[in-house]
Amino acid sequence: MRFMMLMIPKGYETAKPGVMPSPEAVAAMMKYNESLQKAGVLLALDGLHPPSMGARVTFSGGKPKVIDGPFPEAKEVIGGYWMIDVKSKEEAIEWARRCPGGDNEMIEVRQVQEFADFPEDVQKEISADLGKK
Amino acid sequence: MGSDGVRKAIEAIWRIESARIVGALVRMVRDVGAAEDMAQEALVTAMERWPEAGIPDNPGAWLLATARNRAIDELRRRGLRERKQGAMADAEPAVFEEDLASRIDEDVGDDRLRLIFVACHPVLSKDARVALTLRLVGGLSTAEIARAFLAPEPTIAQRIVRAKRTLAEARVPFEVPTGPDRAERLASVLEVIYLVFNEGYTATEGDDWMRPELCGDALRLGRILAALVPDDPEVLGLVALMELHASRARARVGPRGEPILLLDQDRSRWDHLLIRRGLAALDRAEALGGSLGPYALQAAIGACHARARSADQTDWARIVALYDGLVELTGSPVVELNRAVAVSMAFGPAAGLELLEPLASEPSMQRYHLLPSVRGDLLMKLGRFEEARAELERAAFLASNAKERALLLARAKACRGP
Repeated sequence: MRFMMLMIPKGYETAKPGVMPSPEAVAAMMKYNESLQKAGVLLALDGLHPPSMGARVTFSGGKPKVIDGPFPEAKEVIGGYWMIDVKSKEEAIEWARRCPGGDNEMIEVRQVQEFADFPEDVQKEISADLGKK
Repeated sequence: MGSDGVRKAIEAIWRIESARIVGALVRMVRDVGAAEDMAQEALVTAMERWPEAGIPDNPGAWLLATARNRAIDELRRRGLRERKQGAMADAEPAVFEEDLASRIDEDVGDDRLRLIFVACHPVLSKDARVALTLRLVGGLSTAEIARAFLAPEPTIAQRIVRAKRTLAEARVPFEVPTGPDRAERLASVLEVIYLVFNEGYTATEGDDWMRPELCGDALRLGRILAALVPDDPEVLGLVALMELHASRARARVGPRGEPILLLDQDRSRWDHLLIRRGLAALDRAEALGGSLGPYALQAAIGACHARARSADQTDWARIVALYDGLVELTGSPVVELNRAVAVSMAFGPAAGLELLEPLASEPSMQRYHLLPSVRGDLLMKLGRFEEARAELERAAFLASNAKERALLLARAKACRGP
C-alpha cells in the first residue's frame, strides 16, 4: 500500500520566499531518506517552496479565483512529502516516527486511494467508461 | 493504543528491523538458525511486554539489545563448553567479553547484504532460497509465505528449518562474496527475487491471475538490494524490469479478475511513478557501461512498451533487436518465442509464424501453453481460423492458471466466426 507522509512545518505558512532549512536539518533528513531507500520503501519525495511563492485557486460558485500566497487564513501548510510503499498503516506510522523532525514539525500519514478502495458501483462505472475507450 | 494496535505496531517494527537484527546476530553467532531463533525470542518478549509497558522510543534498538543479550549468553555458554574441552584454555574471559560487545557494532551496514547472500546460497534448493529470503530479509512470517505460495504452513516451516540446517552443515560463511564468486552468487540472489516477482505477476497456480502482495515483496527486496549494491548493472536491470512490469499491474486485470494482455491495456491506467522509477534505474544501468545483461535487456524491452503512448506506436524493430541480444545471451526457447511475437509485430504474422516452426520440436516447449497460444494468435491474424482454434484450445488445455485458461477458451470460441 502506498502512503504519503506529509511534512507540515509550523511557521511555513508565513515563511518568506526562498527560505531553506539549516544545513544540519538537511543532513539529518538526507540520512533519514537514505534509511527509507535502504529499506526499499521509498518511492518518491519532494520538498515544497513556501506558500508565499505559490498560489491558491478556489472555485466558489463554480468560478475559479486565483489568490497569490501567502494565505492569511492558512494555519497549516505542507512543506514536503514522501511517497512510501509499505505493508500496513502501522508500518507507515513507524517510518514517520523515525523522521528527525524539529519541534515545529508534524507529519500527517495518509493512505493513497486505490481502485479497489472505491465502492463497487463506482468501480463498475469507471470500468464501463474504460471499456468504451 | 489497544492490544491489537500494539500487536500490529510490533509487526510493522519487525518488518522494518528483522533483517538488521538477524544480520547482526548471525555476525555474532555465525549460525543463521540460532540467530533467527534469538531474534524471534526478542520479538516474543516484546509482544509480552510492550502492550503493558508501552512501545519504547527506539523499538529497533530495544529489540537488537534484547536479542544481542541472548546471543552473548549463548556465546558465553559455548565459550565455557569449549574452555572445558580445553580448546580455549588460554582465552582471558574479560577480553572475550569485550570482543563480543564490539562485534555487534562493527560494519552493521553490510549485515543485510550478507544475509541476502546467505539466504540465496546455491547450496539450498530454489524453493528453500525463496522461503528463507522472504523470511530473513523480507521479514515475512511463515504463515504469510505459506499464504503467498498457496502452500500449507507446516510445509513452509519445515522448508525453512531444513534450509537453516543445510546452511549450518555446509558451514556457509556469513560474508559478501568477492571475485568471480561474487557475480555467480549475485546471479542467484537476482534469480530468487525475480522468481518471487514472477510468481506474483503471473501466478502459476490457483484462481487469481496475479498476487500483487508477492510482487510488492519482490520489489521491496530488489530495491533493498539496489540500495546496497548501487553499481551493478544487472541489479539495476532487475529492479528496472520489475518496476516497469509492476507499472502495468492495474491495467492487466479486468473487472472480473480476467487477464488483459499488454496490447489491449488502457495505458492511462499504467502507473507513471513506477514507469519513471523503472526508466531511471535502466538509465543508471546503461550509464555503468558495458553490454547489457539479461535483466537489463528485458528492462529495455519493457521500456519500449512504457515509452509508447499507444500500442501501435511501439518501436517493434528495436524490441526485435533487443530480443536478438537476449536470445544470444540466454539461448532460451521462451525468449525465442517472445522474439517471434516481436518479429510478427514488426514484420507481419507470417514472419513470426515461421520462427515458431523450429520451437515446436523443442522438448521444453512441449507442454508450454504460450507456444500454441502465440501460434493460435498468429494463425488468427492470417485468417486461418480452423487451425487457430485448435491451437488456442490446446493452449487452454495446457494452461494451469484458471483465469488464463478462460481467456484462451474465449479466444478459441471467437475463432468459430459469426
